[in-house]
Amino acid sequence: MRPIQSSLRRMLRAVAATSAALMLAAGSSAFAQTRGGVVSMIVNPEPASMMLAMNSVVTSQYMGSKIFQGLLTYDANLKPRPELARSWTISPDGLTYTFQLQPGVKWHDGKPFTAADAEYAIGKLVPAVHARTRVVLNNYMASVKATGPLTLEIKLKSPFPSFISMFEVGTIPMLPRHLYENTDIATNPANQKPVGTGPFVFKEWRRGAFIKMDRNPEYWKKDLPYLDGLLFYVMPDAASRVVAFEKGEVTVLRTADIEVSDLTRLRKTPGFEFHAKGWEFFSPTFHLQVNMRKPPFDNLKVRQAMQHAIDRNFIVDTIFEGTNRAATGAFSATEMFYEKNVPQYPFDPNKARALIKESGVDLAKAPIKFMTIPLGANYDRLFEYCKQMMEQVGFKVTLESADSGTWASKMSNWDFDMTLNLPYQYGDPALGVERLYVSKNIVKGSPFANNQGYSNAKADELWAKAGGEMDPFIRKRLYGELQGILARDVANQYLFDIEYTTLSKSNVKNVVTSGHYLTDSMDTVWIAK
Amino acid sequence: MQFASFVSTRLGKALLVMLGVVVINFFLIRLAPGDPAMVMAGESGAGDAAFVQNLRQQFGLDQPQLVQLGLYLKGVASLDLGFSYRNHVPVLELILDRLPATLLLMAAAFVISIVVGVALGALAARTRYRGRHRWLDGVIMTSAMVLYATPLFWLSLLAIIVFSVLLGWLPAFGMENVMAGLSGWARIADIAQHLVLPACSLAVFFIAVYARLTRAAMLEVMGMDFVRTARAKGVPAGRVLRVHILRNALLPVVTFAGVQLGQLAGGALLTETVFSWPGIGRLMFDALLQRDYQLLLGIFLVTSAMVVGFNLMADLLHRFLDPRIGSGAAAGAPG
Repeated sequence: MRPIQSSLRRMLRAVAATSAALMLAAGSSAFAQTRGGVVSMIVNPEPASMMLAMNSVVTSQYMGSKIFQGLLTYDANLKPRPELARSWTISPDGLTYTFQLQPGVKWHDGKPFTAADAEYAIGKLVPAVHARTRVVLNNYMASVKATGPLTLEIKLKSPFPSFISMFEVGTIPMLPRHLYENTDIATNPANQKPVGTGPFVFKEWRRGAFIKMDRNPEYWKKDLPYLDGLLFYVMPDAASRVVAFEKGEVTVLRTADIEVSDLTRLRKTPGFEFHAKGWEFFSPTFHLQVNMRKPPFDNLKVRQAMQHAIDRNFIVDTIFEGTNRAATGAFSATEMFYEKNVPQYPFDPNKARALIKESGVDLAKAPIKFMTIPLGANYDRLFEYCKQMMEQVGFKVTLESADSGTWASKMSNWDFDMTLNLPYQYGDPALGVERLYVSKNIVKGSPFANNQGYSNAKADELWAKAGGEMDPFIRKRLYGELQGILARDVANQYLFDIEYTTLSKSNVKNVVTSGHYLTDSMDTVWIAK
Repeated sequence: MQFASFVSTRLGKALLVMLGVVVINFFLIRLAPGDPAMVMAGESGAGDAAFVQNLRQQFGLDQPQLVQLGLYLKGVASLDLGFSYRNHVPVLELILDRLPATLLLMAAAFVISIVVGVALGALAARTRYRGRHRWLDGVIMTSAMVLYATPLFWLSLLAIIVFSVLLGWLPAFGMENVMAGLSGWARIADIAQHLVLPACSLAVFFIAVYARLTRAAMLEVMGMDFVRTARAKGVPAGRVLRVHILRNALLPVVTFAGVQLGQLAGGALLTETVFSWPGIGRLMFDALLQRDYQLLLGIFLVTSAMVVGFNLMADLLHRFLDPRIGSGAAAGAPG
């Protein structure tokens, strides 16, 4: 092992010397990787398990993706790249997807990974238990079949171009058929002792304290991973998390885990590196959601007034100290088919007052309860700011704090005047955005549906058309038109695109290598000596 | 015999108390909006109504509440605390996982607070008794007052910044060094090191309480006749303080110690949070946020059992320190 490694390194060094410019273009990552070392991170909150199909909590994805893998990964432009599938074809009619799987892949317990595993995961397991994916698979998938030991064929009921964006590990994880088939999935012991194909092997989970993973010596990518292991600390207090990172006991940090003021300080501190990229696949947005079934928000002019009343640039520049990005509409700017040219609502309190006057709505008679959830100090400031700005133009607002269980329950039962939501958009609008606006999704029982009660027949028609359109140029036009409608109707109060970023110690290299950093396998991360 | 009947009566009452705790809490926690299925959907960022309903069925939450309560009590009677909805792990296993950390932190904080608190209180009282170094009394009582009034989380963070970040003497978080992979005595020493900051932070408040209690009780005892008699007999001052005054002044301290243990049994949420100590307080808090009814009830049950047990111990200790208690009142014997 070692001689090969060092000769490879020597060779790469020679390449680096002769064509430095080329290497620069390829990024700093391509030479002199050293093996060894442990990267430590933080999980907060501590998830129940790493069984990715059953648990879509952010921290579960963060950890599980080092153990499990998907068929594909995606780059920052959301283009698919091979992972457990080494190649794939889509039939011209958009109905048949054929994947060629990597040979020589083994589960952590030594059994081979084959198309039969993929067939079971995609055909049975995920459609049964995955909160998000099951809806899409049950709606669009006609059949999935292992047509050879390493060949998988999926047939769709109708063309659905977004389908190719669904094979990231958090959306459709590959799970071991031999451990799950004919068992009660919810109580399967493998949920607590995960067995995957990924670069790291589950070692120990001390609840409330830490989760430990070791290097997978049998990993199918030759000579990878570089690290000896990963360590995830369970740390419930934000101030302690900052201390742990500054002391070097935590070496890679999701900045969502600390307060913005600490982020601003640490970005300027030498010895740490800041990564802005890596969230394009999820492109989360932050919006205020108002209940359009009752006054005052059943009135379009009132909703437009509210968009004028809140200064999105102030939120980004002052409240969040320059992180995040002011929203221009319903789509995040990193979402596929994002359209910039839609009706805008620049900050203008006078215009807001005029619009309210025009609407004829008496805001004093329609007091608003603003249901918030605890998301950290900066978000508390944000909620207070929104209240204040709304009151300046005549709204009557009281803040009402709820815990996440209360929020989810009230949201699902449409029992709110105004609240917030920060859904992920999952790259393709048909996967992450449509569900929030299409009128057939005005259903109780889920906090991530069209809970505000927005309905527009023309928009519904466009969603349906764009979702099944195979030509990307026509799709772009259709989604562009849709974004115009959503902006005009103010189907939500769009505030900002969330930029979740990452901090790392400078000697940790290759930290962000895809558009879904959260669920990166981290197999090429290495620590400079 | 009398002792046995005392203990058995108390145990019977304890069982009733625990039953009450379970039944009342069973309904109380269901009053909070949302249920485990809803919370899981909320966390997933997705989940249609059918999916959430499926989860409810899986958890048995679709049955009438009285049926659920009956099933739960039946389980508890056979020492089965059920399955955690969220973690899919037996509740007892989750609790036993976390209990050692809590007991360790609790015992350490308890010992530190009693030893240091009583010592400081006695020292302060001694200056009064001897009429010398009265300033020391002032210093001790003022510091006790300040510690008493200082918010725990602030003190904890300050301790981390001073002793861990600036001085680098002690680890800032966790219960042990995971990276080092220690075993045997090295591991015990490592855990002890990690224990210092959280245990001391947690103890500070109670040190102040015990110091004040001890001092006040000793001052009161000092004026009593038997102390005067002892002094008149020529018993040395140190012995009067230790044997005659301090022992008799310990009763309120023991009473409060029972209360303190009861509080600690529920975990020290703030301390555990700030120091990432994997104790039961955090488990309870998480279970509450996640509406993990089974787990929450299990924790209530275990901690209430501990509180009842500690109070029983405090009562027994009372009888030992002051034999008049119990026997005197119960038998109507002359005092």
